[in-house]
Amino acid sequence: MTAKTKTKRSKAQTSGSHGKGKAPLLEVQNLKTYFYTDDGVLTAVDGVDFQVAEGEVFGLVGESGCGKSVTSLSIMRLVDPPGEIVDGRILLQGEDLLAKKLAEMTRVRGRQISMIFQQPKSSLNPVFTIAEQIIEVFKIHENISDEEAKASAIELLRRVGIPDPERKANAYPHELSGGQAQRVMIAMALALRPKLLIADEPTTALDATIQAQILDLMQDLRDATDTAVILITHDLGVIAELADRVAVMYAGKIVEESDTITLFDRPLHPYTQGLMGSIPVLGEAKERLEVIPGNVPSLINLKPGCRFASRCAARQEYGLEICERVEPDLIEMEAGHKVRCWLYQEYEGHTPPLRKGGGR
Amino acid sequence: MKKTTKRTPLVEVRELKKYYPVHGGLLKRQVAEVKAVDDVSFAIFPGETLGLVGESGCGKTTVSKAILRLEEASAGEVIFEGEDVLAAGGADLKRLRRDMQIVFQDPFSSLDPRLPVGESIAEALLVHGIGTPQERFERVLEVLRKVGLESYHAARYPHQFSGGQRQRIGIARALILDPKFIVLDEPVSALDVSIQAQVLNLLSDLQAELGLTYLFVAHNLAVVEHISHRVAVMYLGRIAEIAPRDNLFSKPLHPYTQALMSAVPKKHPADKKERIILSGDVPSPLNPPSGCRFHPRCPIARMGHCDVEEPQLRELEPEHWVACHYAEEFI
Amino acid sequence: MTVQDAAVPQTEVQDYRNNSLLFLTFRRLFRQRNAQVGMVILGFLVLVAIFAPALAPYDPDRSLIGIEPVEKRAGPCIHALGCPSDQPQHIMGVDGNVRDQYSRIIYGTRISLFIGFSTIGLAVVVGTLIGAVSGYVGGWVDNVIMRFMDVILAFPSFLLAIAIITVLGRGLQNALYAIAVVNIPVFARLVRSSVLSIKELEFVAASRSLGASPLRILFVRILPNAIPTLIVQATLSIGAAILEAAALSFLGLGAQPPLAEWGTMLGSERNQVFTSPHLVFFPGIAIMITVLAFNLLGDGFRDAMDPRLAQLTKR
Repeated sequence: MTAKTKTKRSKAQTSGSHGKGKAPLLEVQNLKTYFYTDDGVLTAVDGVDFQVAEGEVFGLVGESGCGKSVTSLSIMRLVDPPGEIVDGRILLQGEDLLAKKLAEMTRVRGRQISMIFQQPKSSLNPVFTIAEQIIEVFKIHENISDEEAKASAIELLRRVGIPDPERKANAYPHELSGGQAQRVMIAMALALRPKLLIADEPTTALDATIQAQILDLMQDLRDATDTAVILITHDLGVIAELADRVAVMYAGKIVEESDTITLFDRPLHPYTQGLMGSIPVLGEAKERLEVIPGNVPSLINLKPGCRFASRCAARQEYGLEICERVEPDLIEMEAGHKVRCWLYQEYEGHTPPLRKGGGR
Repeated sequence: MKKTTKRTPLVEVRELKKYYPVHGGLLKRQVAEVKAVDDVSFAIFPGETLGLVGESGCGKTTVSKAILRLEEASAGEVIFEGEDVLAAGGADLKRLRRDMQIVFQDPFSSLDPRLPVGESIAEALLVHGIGTPQERFERVLEVLRKVGLESYHAARYPHQFSGGQRQRIGIARALILDPKFIVLDEPVSALDVSIQAQVLNLLSDLQAELGLTYLFVAHNLAVVEHISHRVAVMYLGRIAEIAPRDNLFSKPLHPYTQALMSAVPKKHPADKKERIILSGDVPSPLNPPSGCRFHPRCPIARMGHCDVEEPQLRELEPEHWVACHYAEEFI
Repeated sequence: MTVQDAAVPQTEVQDYRNNSLLFLTFRRLFRQRNAQVGMVILGFLVLVAIFAPALAPYDPDRSLIGIEPVEKRAGPCIHALGCPSDQPQHIMGVDGNVRDQYSRIIYGTRISLFIGFSTIGLAVVVGTLIGAVSGYVGGWVDNVIMRFMDVILAFPSFLLAIAIITVLGRGLQNALYAIAVVNIPVFARLVRSSVLSIKELEFVAASRSLGASPLRILFVRILPNAIPTLIVQATLSIGAAILEAAALSFLGLGAQPPLAEWGTMLGSERNQVFTSPHLVFFPGIAIMITVLAFNLLGDGFRDAMDPRLAQLTKR
């Protein structure tokens, strides 16, 4: 057996019902994380709100500098100076993480929230075997014997698809390939059955065929465990594969949020639309790609108004002038589908051109 | 390949090999070789874009660097307009380099951080002793405008630009000598998607305007499909398949190409996708598998044949070459 | 990661020289508390060295026997602090040869700064050349050069300096050569490793693909980018070199009397440390302050060039 062909079940389709009625596992309210640099205050995350339900895969997608990684580091309270969380609340099952003492926070990390990173090899300690590193995770948080811990570690490695886990457990990180290292990272992150896993670009550094393996593994784990996942990526394809709901970030703000299928069917925000048009799709070669002109604005000394205004084609098409004066709110257009854009929001003296009916 | 086309190639790579010695032991004796590129041949015709695609370690970057003599090949020939680049020395090589340029992957390390970008762009003119300072300055402004930047950008430092703008500067630097052939080594893989589209469109525009020939090296299949006229797929230092774009993507004949295509994430969450998931990792080029290098991961490999005999590139359909013993099964 | 990618505002046109990396580094340097203190002290020392003739009330080398009514090794006499005004004022007292110690300390500043800059200057130039060739050429050349540097580094540097002086003969000039030689491997290794890493950057490959010659690539592309790390190491090394020179002079191997060198001053009065402590106290303090100034400045430079800090302001 050298390769397996499998049909993917698509849990995403049924996921709209996820989390309805139940209290959310994680609730981020008005999170603001700023960096105090020599050139001024950089508003990396500037008023972000979202909720993650139990067992749900919540995608956070955006380009570099949009604040998606800083958001995740803020949830873990791992923002280092000159960065600082200046405002907001992060409620994990109703408890505000930002109000916790550092010692309490250490118990939250790993046990309730864990994280996997883009570079699996540099996230593993090169001087310990992978079994030792997984056992350490158990020992920090749980009172179990070495033998039990070792057995659990091997079981975990088996679950994440490491071949011959008894032997591989004694391997050092440099003996692993990138894909195996990411499997080990996932195993470590899931060791204590956390309620929430933050996956920051988990497949970006991997080759295409290995990325497919890891996506496959994450789909299996998503179905087998009740751990909620915040999936941070720049790749809409990864979102399409894994996420139940998705929020699109731009320049430190969420500009659109909905369940994944709706977002791909009817993107409302001009940025989301532009992003989808600018990606070449395999099998659909076209002469020219759609382009979002210009660059992401500097997050220092931001101009008033919508942060996307200077690059927005829709603003010109509809001749909106309010975009450069007032910042729009994140409003709910239809059930579960929120967007932050003047095409849809009313304001004194401003009639939104697309108030009803959704996308263009 | 020459049989099927009457065009004369601009660049022809013949039996290119690049072996890296591995030293070990106290006396640093050579103990092994990494066969990063092992007998690769292809041709690039004037005005076309040849996409070179593969996973990390497949040798695609080594091929591109060897063509420009940024790495010395171990064996083989690179014929550029009838002249062997690999055999050229001193003045000949310098002359050839005016016609062959490269754009790099990393927009952050590809520009000297100490210099205003105008000076980085002008370096080529200086090295080749072209023009007066005034003429050089005007030429810099001209290429800057060509890549969509403004003249005042010439006086700025690299750290003042975003990744996409730096990549434009890298392209401007490659253009300043009016080359015929440009190697694009993963030129958009470090860029954000919205910026990637800008740069891809710019590259297409420049090709149409200046009649450039590209070798486009990348790992992203969709990007390669978008920009290329023909595509070569590499695996472990060898070419697995080479064909015109539409043939390759509509009917891939090598099982590796098929797996690579099916590994691309789906474009819509509601799509149902049959996915071939290859087991295992890419083997080390230090010790490549016997016979067909893909056989340990190949879903159709037949033991006793594939693990013994190395398949050669065969032209199964017009201009569609594939190195697989059983590719006929997919026709 | 998110921070560094925030684009720089592209609209305003400004004087670009103000945005070179060197300028930004210096701007950060001037905001460092350590570096500020170091720069103030160093600036003060340089001024003292330049204006030594104006500041020193006496000739540093001339004995006051028969000129002024002072005792050998007399303690400090400061009129403002109640020393009778009929006695001549000697702020730091006089030494065993009845010379004004204050004047000697002031002139000693010149010598110490000269020692620091000249030895390290020589070591930087020679070390850079060796390291650059070694790193750029590679292969057996690199191997031979670096093994030789390892041999030099394997000796305790101070013992090596003493050995060199034993061969060359004692004296300030030979002490300077000795200190320069023991510092060469430090810079050779530093430059070599910088060259090795910068060589792999793509802008260097870009230069090669344009047809630039190896010499141009090494001296115009690679070495200038190694300067920042050199500055850090050189600043720290100057402090160490001044200390080494003082130690050699203390042992009588470096500057010879009557030259007003702080280490020599310490050495020649070391037996009087309990009877006339001011004669070892003031030279010792002078050495300490000078070395401290260079170390503070070096640390400041290192922090200013810290890539993590740089990321926040660079882009």
